[in-house]
Amino acid sequence: MPVRQVHLAAHFPGVNNTTVWSDPASGSQIDFASFVHLARTAERGKFDFFFLAEGLRLREMKGRIHDLDVAGRPESLTVLSALAAVTTRLGLAATVNSTFNEPYEVAGRLATLDHLSAGRAAWNVVTSYDAFTGENFRRGGFLAEADRYTRAAEFLQTARELWDSWSDDGGAEGEFAHSGRHFDIAGRFGTPRGPQGHPVIIQAGDSAEGREFAASDADVIFSRHGAPAAGRAFYADVKRRLPRYGRHPDELKIFPAVTYVLGDTEEDAAERAADIRRAQVGPETAIAYLEGVWGRDLSAYDPDGPLPDVEPDLDEGVSKGRAQFRGDRGETVRRWRTLAADRGLSIRELVIEATGRQTFVGTPRSVADRIDEFVQTGVADGFIFVPHLTPGGLDDLVDHVVPLLQEKGVFRSDYTGTTLRDHLGLGPPRGAVRRAHAEAVS
Amino acid sequence: MTGLYGGTGLHLAVALEGVGWHPAAWRAPDARPADLFTARYWADLAREAERGLLDFVTIEDALTPRPSGRLQGGLDAVLVAARLAPVTGHIGLVPTTDVTHTEPFHVSIGVASLDFASYGRAGWRPRVSAGVREAGHFGRRRASAAAPPGRIASDADLNAEAADAVEVVRRLWDSWQDDAEIRDASTGRFLDRDRLHYIDFEGPYFDVRGPSITPRPPQGQPVVTVLADSPPAYEFAARGADVVYLTPDSRAGTGAAVSRVRAAEAAAGRGGEPLRVFADLLVFIDDRPGAAAVRKARLDELDGAGPASAVEVFTGTAAELADLLEERLDAGLTGFRLRPGVLPHDLTGITRRLVPELQRRGAFRTAYRETTLRARLGLSRPEGRYSAPAAATTGGGS
Ligand SMILES: Cc1cc2nc3c(=O)[nH]c(=O)nc-3n(C[C@H](O)[C@H](O)[C@H](O)COP(=O)(O)O)c2cc1C
Repeated sequence: MPVRQVHLAAHFPGVNNTTVWSDPASGSQIDFASFVHLARTAERGKFDFFFLAEGLRLREMKGRIHDLDVAGRPESLTVLSALAAVTTRLGLAATVNSTFNEPYEVAGRLATLDHLSAGRAAWNVVTSYDAFTGENFRRGGFLAEADRYTRAAEFLQTARELWDSWSDDGGAEGEFAHSGRHFDIAGRFGTPRGPQGHPVIIQAGDSAEGREFAASDADVIFSRHGAPAAGRAFYADVKRRLPRYGRHPDELKIFPAVTYVLGDTEEDAAERAADIRRAQVGPETAIAYLEGVWGRDLSAYDPDGPLPDVEPDLDEGVSKGRAQFRGDRGETVRRWRTLAADRGLSIRELVIEATGRQTFVGTPRSVADRIDEFVQTGVADGFIFVPHLTPGGLDDLVDHVVPLLQEKGVFRSDYTGTTLRDHLGLGPPRGAVRRAHAEAVS
Repeated sequence: MTGLYGGTGLHLAVALEGVGWHPAAWRAPDARPADLFTARYWADLAREAERGLLDFVTIEDALTPRPSGRLQGGLDAVLVAARLAPVTGHIGLVPTTDVTHTEPFHVSIGVASLDFASYGRAGWRPRVSAGVREAGHFGRRRASAAAPPGRIASDADLNAEAADAVEVVRRLWDSWQDDAEIRDASTGRFLDRDRLHYIDFEGPYFDVRGPSITPRPPQGQPVVTVLADSPPAYEFAARGADVVYLTPDSRAGTGAAVSRVRAAEAAAGRGGEPLRVFADLLVFIDDRPGAAAVRKARLDELDGAGPASAVEVFTGTAAELADLLEERLDAGLTGFRLRPGVLPHDLTGITRRLVPELQRRGAFRTAYRETTLRARLGLSRPEGRYSAPAAATTGGGS
């Protein structure tokens, strides 16, 4: 079997407890210089793209704004457009919600980013639909959960029609009409086709509907499944869905979110990884995490003491504005109780043990080997690295691991193309073809 | 000569639009129509404007209705402005956005992010979209019963709605106090939630809860600018803007328009800083007397018509234009927003001819002094509306 090439992407540190703000090396999450640093680091490492997440309402716990984690982010597309000025090859991926936006505007903004970056734009189509987020918008929260992907699919289909309403040679000039269940629009699209034709489309939902949407119409999946067994299962499941849409499995690249810790020796790395986990799960965060699962106020419990003996409230949620804890909370509570009892863990130790362990921990050599192995054995096509520090969190990866991957011949030593589609090995967009398939399944 | 606000003489902005404001501009000899959608094109224009020490550039948005035909496409103005931020160091960046169909929340974080990316040089021009054709791009609203033909609502309604959108945007900018981020390791708190505020805007057109997801931008409040092209727009400007653009057609007309601005401010009960008043002028500049008029006439002929806008057109030499600006300034203006007829020709006419002429007369700055756009316009950095001690008690859970 030929050696598969590794793809790499950089995630700007997020607004959850995995981003450590108490470290002396932690810089500003909003200063533009932080974005420049991380984007330039990614480009120095010849990464495929730089990724910005989005959350359109500040998270709340127990009816109040959550105050323990980093918060305060810019608007993705605006920052990426500015970053296009200080990078030349790096792909620029924006997360933009399909519920609280309209196709005409989003398609125009993405085409603009594609022009201003000379073909480096990507769009992570996310589907948050809740009324909580809707309170920030004139339209309010108006979507039933079951409709989140029918709207997303029609939104993307409509955007593709708008991008195709201009031809590359300037023949067609933007006249369009779309009439469907979610959108009934017509007129003239203001922005000519970008250099990539269509930006790269990323999908980050986990449900069966989300996977189907990705299989039918996305170029990249951003997944949660970085651990080998879960990753392999997810990879196989998604790739198996492509032929039904007339697509080759290589046309959809799977990028799990991953984390890493390097050390001079394996022991050194493990020790550092444990220190980082403790910083990520402080006493207050441990309690807040538990409250999210238990669905009730647990502020009276000692984070260094045993798990609460009270039963969870499975009807009420206390955490709003995040995608976590969508699983079966009753089942999680049972599993955690067993784990804590078996190992004699305190609340904080349990949360550290049960959540968010780093994907890659080791020397640069062993981390490079595992990255390569994951790609050769069907866990992933590439990885979105989520650093725990802003903005220097990828420096050592780029300095020490990327050269080893290059030495192995599994990662580019320089960009060979100019557009993000080039980096990902994607052909030209097949807008019209994919639309036909989307119609067939909707 | 001492100017009204912040520094010497008059203030000068330039309005960038496509290949220029003349509809036949793309047929001019040095026009770069093929480059219109490249970053390079816009960077060259912005750097040229900065070389001329101009106060700010405005950028029209992609949603602006343009006649069908080649080279009439547009780019998203906020993204163009953001692309320009790292390649310029002083000039203000003022994108236009629609506020009739877009979400105030998105616009608010976009302009705040531009302010971060430019370290305090962002402005904004909210624009009303009255046409049914534009509404058709969104498909979310039909024309109201009282709407004039071809429009979705009355001018008064649309401007009132736009004023609400500006109010929402401004509240969102203030919804994080400057010191909301505390990074207090002893309590594990990154934020002081009492310094974050729900804006709870409720109006006839929409409600928005807040707070923003973006911290308070460097200027506190980026500069809001409004084109006053109808009586309701004067009211809109008086309620929500820092800068107003007027379109008078003469010196007498300028005085009258400025008086209307002041009357609208009084009627709106505006406190604090008065509006900075800029007059719009569409300019064709050449060195040889009479050459600019000939050039414009040739373009009119090529087009079959000419610029179809209410804005006064100037053709002439830089010295003639300097005379006109100085004379008009005395009617109570802060400065001018010049619309180049052809790009880059009439922009370089401004930066390399007009500006040196004004400098010779002591009527224009010879270096940038202020670092933020607000400061350049003599506007202080405002205290956030939720920061007053009285308001602090309503913080967090209101
Ligand atoms: C790895 C990953 C990253 C995500 N990032 C975002 C994000 O930045 N913003 C957002 O609104 N939703 C984000 N989501 C949420 C998904 O887009 C989707 O709305 C959510 O998972 C619900 O869809 P599902 O039921 O298909 O999982 C992310 C999901 C995953 C798995």
